[in-house]
Amino acid sequence: NYKRYLYQRVFLERLSYWAFVSAAQTLRPIKPPASHYLVFLFNSVSLSPEYSLSTSSPHRSPPSHSHRKMPDVQSMVLEFVNKLRKRKIEGSQATARCTVELLRSVISHHRVPHANQASALIDAVKAVGAQLVAANPVELAVGNVVRRVLHIIREEDLSLATAAVAGLDLLDASDDDEDVNGKGIGYPGMSAAVVAAAARSTLRPPSLQTLLEGTPESATVPYTSSSGADSESKTADKSSITRKLKHDVIEGVNQLIHEIAGCHEQIAEQAVEHIHQNEVILTLGSSRTVLEFLCAAKEKKRSFRVFVAEGAPRYQGHLLAKELVARGLQTTVITDSAVFAMISRVNMVIIGAHAVMANGGVIGPVGVNMAALAAKKHAVPFVVLAGSHKLCPLYPHNPEVLLNELRSPSELLDFGEFSDCLDFGTGSGSPLLQVVNPTFDYVPPSLVSLFITDTGGHNPSYMYRLIADYYSADDLVM
Amino acid sequence: MESRRNPRAVVDPKVRQVGFFTSSQPDSTHQPDPIASESHPVASSISPSGNSLSPVMIPPPRHNSSDTFPLRAAAAAASAVSPSSFSYSTRRDFPDGSMTASPGRVSRASFSKPSSSLPGVGMDSMAAAKSSSVPASGLTTVSVVNMPPGLSEKESDQKKNSKPLKEKTTKAERRALQEAQRAAKAAAKAEGGKAPLVSSGSVASTNVKAAKPAKPSSQKNDVAVAAPGPSEKKGGQTEKDRKKDAPHPRMQYDDESRVVKAKRRAVVKQTEAKNRVELFRHLPQYEHGTQLPDLETKFFQLDPMHPAVYKVGLQYLSGDISGGNARCIAMLQAFQEVVKDYSTPSEKTLNRDMTAKISSYVSFLIECRPLSVSMGNAIRFVKNRIAKLPITLSESEAKAALQSDIERFINEKIIMADTVIVKHAVTKIRDGDVLLTYGSPTAVEMVLLHAHELKKKFRVLVVDSRPKLEGQLLLRRLIKRGINCTYTHINAVSYIMHEVTKVFLGASSVLSNGTVYSRVGTACVAMVASAFRVPVLVCCEAYKFHERVQLDSICSNELGDPNAISKVHGREDINYLDGLTNNANLQFLNLMYDATPSDYISMIITDYGMVPPTSVPVIVREYQKEHSLV
Repeated sequence: NYKRYLYQRVFLERLSYWAFVSAAQTLRPIKPPASHYLVFLFNSVSLSPEYSLSTSSPHRSPPSHSHRKMPDVQSMVLEFVNKLRKRKIEGSQATARCTVELLRSVISHHRVPHANQASALIDAVKAVGAQLVAANPVELAVGNVVRRVLHIIREEDLSLATAAVAGLDLLDASDDDEDVNGKGIGYPGMSAAVVAAAARSTLRPPSLQTLLEGTPESATVPYTSSSGADSESKTADKSSITRKLKHDVIEGVNQLIHEIAGCHEQIAEQAVEHIHQNEVILTLGSSRTVLEFLCAAKEKKRSFRVFVAEGAPRYQGHLLAKELVARGLQTTVITDSAVFAMISRVNMVIIGAHAVMANGGVIGPVGVNMAALAAKKHAVPFVVLAGSHKLCPLYPHNPEVLLNELRSPSELLDFGEFSDCLDFGTGSGSPLLQVVNPTFDYVPPSLVSLFITDTGGHNPSYMYRLIADYYSADDLVM
Repeated sequence: MESRRNPRAVVDPKVRQVGFFTSSQPDSTHQPDPIASESHPVASSISPSGNSLSPVMIPPPRHNSSDTFPLRAAAAAASAVSPSSFSYSTRRDFPDGSMTASPGRVSRASFSKPSSSLPGVGMDSMAAAKSSSVPASGLTTVSVVNMPPGLSEKESDQKKNSKPLKEKTTKAERRALQEAQRAAKAAAKAEGGKAPLVSSGSVASTNVKAAKPAKPSSQKNDVAVAAPGPSEKKGGQTEKDRKKDAPHPRMQYDDESRVVKAKRRAVVKQTEAKNRVELFRHLPQYEHGTQLPDLETKFFQLDPMHPAVYKVGLQYLSGDISGGNARCIAMLQAFQEVVKDYSTPSEKTLNRDMTAKISSYVSFLIECRPLSVSMGNAIRFVKNRIAKLPITLSESEAKAALQSDIERFINEKIIMADTVIVKHAVTKIRDGDVLLTYGSPTAVEMVLLHAHELKKKFRVLVVDSRPKLEGQLLLRRLIKRGINCTYTHINAVSYIMHEVTKVFLGASSVLSNGTVYSRVGTACVAMVASAFRVPVLVCCEAYKFHERVQLDSICSNELGDPNAISKVHGREDINYLDGLTNNANLQFLNLMYDATPSDYISMIITDYGMVPPTSVPVIVREYQKEHSLV
């Protein structure tokens, strides 16, 4: 993964320079379409390496079940992958919802074998997940949601297993009473023990010991194998369990969808606890969570004032300001450069995260790190709002670069205006002008005062634990 | 410190005077004039180290004013002992004569009419308070007859000296005694005064003259008028000037009466923007671009305004000239034109009339755009030059002198200064450096170009910000010269800061607390750089330094056109805020400058060399000394 990120980054950078130069040179006469064309060129070409990667990924997925998938699921996956790759879906919430809906249909269309249904489901979800993640590696929400779904499958499987243990115990007792063929004594007893062990190992919170001690794979396998080898009387029971697993998983996924859809309200509910009268709040970028958060406080009759940094070069701040004004909030749009000047008069900085890493670091819209540093300097609380789908279980390494994405230079410079400056670069190889236009910014945990998620407020140092609740340890590496 | 102790000595005479009395006796024995020494016991008691000499020279005080003098004399004596305390004592005197403007005038009042009962209202009340509560006044007057009577007046009657006044005296009696003593003393003074200059018979004039010889010794405060002692004069002057020289409080635009007044005078009728940011009420914000055509039509009607100034003003208004140096040079050149075309009206002097003219031009320029600090300093220079023109010069000579002065200012302070800065700064650029700059600072641009000419291998990151996008202009110029550049916007500054080795910034002004006042966003860049441990070098000419201090970017700033924010130039797809500019809930804040705290700045490169931000006040002081702007 690291290598791929690196490769991608280097490639994107190269490409942006190259694209810039080439566009400036080739498209000089026709100025207006130039930028459009370039954006298209940029998106489609830059992602070609991944395209080759991800097209190969279906082959990597376990072929045993894939052919049984309904064709429409496959096409849905491909369509979504394409969308991700072309960055047609913006915002982690939208992405997360699309992903989870797609996974739900994958699960529901997946025909589960009698044996090993849980692992089969997991494999199927993983296969699709790998494709999705590869399509847009910087959109961490995709990976998060896939892991969440995997976690749901494991949990449902486990709860079924524990229920089965209880059932088997009952069955055992009845067997002992009625049946004397002596066959039932050994087997059910053994399987119950295995299930209990499995249950124990999975229910325990993820710790170093659990990670080293046992793999849940081994817990599920003996169980299913033992159940597969069970007596005739239990096969009917089994098939009902199978159906029940899938049903439960879909139920769980539905809950997840509900949770993702409702995370704004959950977070917004806490707004009044954090925003007081006459407060001055600085925000950055356009986040629906922030919008709802501020509006929730406004609805509770708090009057406060919002500074919005415009967020060049995407000007998401303008969008947010428009929404805020529409809802009747006192809004002031400032330039990004005035963030430091104004921060001394700001009571709180509230931003919406793009992703929250396990160390408590935040990936947010570009410019966030500057605001966080300024806030730290002036001891202004820096509050990050994040729905649970944004909590990523990975620890970042060099996230400014590796979890970033360079956008088209056309957002910064007009090619038409700068075409004459770019005439040299043709023969010598490296052009004189390079344009850097990153999308994201990384804020280290030391600069964050508080995370507000749908489960409440948390310290950056606690994020790893919060995140551990949502994911199971073996899904971290997909 | 001694001066601070004075009042206590006076208030609590018992102990002090007893102690003094014994100690002063030996003093007076070996001093030529015991009278004088005794006349100012307080002084000697206060500063024992100096009492052997200074009291001797102190002339006897005069009639009524003498009541106040023990105090001041003591202060003066003390200051004579330790020169460092001199300014202190003068400063302390200052409030005494609160009605008067300077110590010099205080003394004039007290000396020029010594016969009048009291020198000034402020002193009067003070003296009254003193004489009523404190016997010190008696002390001084006693000198001729004897010391103890003064002491005895209150409670220390039964001291060593046998005196007729044994029982408690009434106020009237004391007053009578005082008068008598004073008369006696004056007589003694007149006949056998140690001062050789004393010649006149009248008591009043005697006192005035008597002051003169005393002046060199210690009574500097009281003497100034009789013969303006150089040191005293200077002390008084600096005190006065320092007051005047402290930066004037700026015009606060939330002060309605002043705004109305200013409007009445204004040539440029700017319309106030309606929808403003509450926090910046104190700054002017106008609807931009509305008054330009109006002013252009006025061009031929406006009589008192010199066309060159008018032109420059319009250029400021439209933004054709921007950048501290460019604005300053344009203004100075306009002033040169003014000087060239100037002719003194009859019945007026060149010095005064031209200063007034320049002032009116300056206020016109302020209406067009608030002055930058550099311009303020340049105006100060010009006015200073005009004021210092020798009266003897003929008009043409004076004009020529002024023109050459302005020329010299432009050349020395701006152009030469830049070359010196370049010379300094280039030494900081090494091969392989990645230099970051923000906006389009002229000094930094020169540095980069010169370093490139020296064949240094480096890369430049140009960081830019909305709405001015000045960085693009710099980028274009650098690329034309073949410098390898990377361009980005200010939000991405943390992304690229990893690779940066040095940050070069320009400044609109450097304030004396080390704050760098510069294009908005400079503070952000400097902050991120210091967070990434990248040295920040600020290039700024010394004429842009100012003794003002500033802690934030709110209190003094300039507001740009708010509409520049709502409209994104060159991006038609960004039109979210199009119909909302008049919404009462939505404001646009277009700050022009910000203040970078000095802790983000590693070094300031000026024409005086490379200094840390803590040394800014030194440069400010030296600069002013050099140009005798104080």
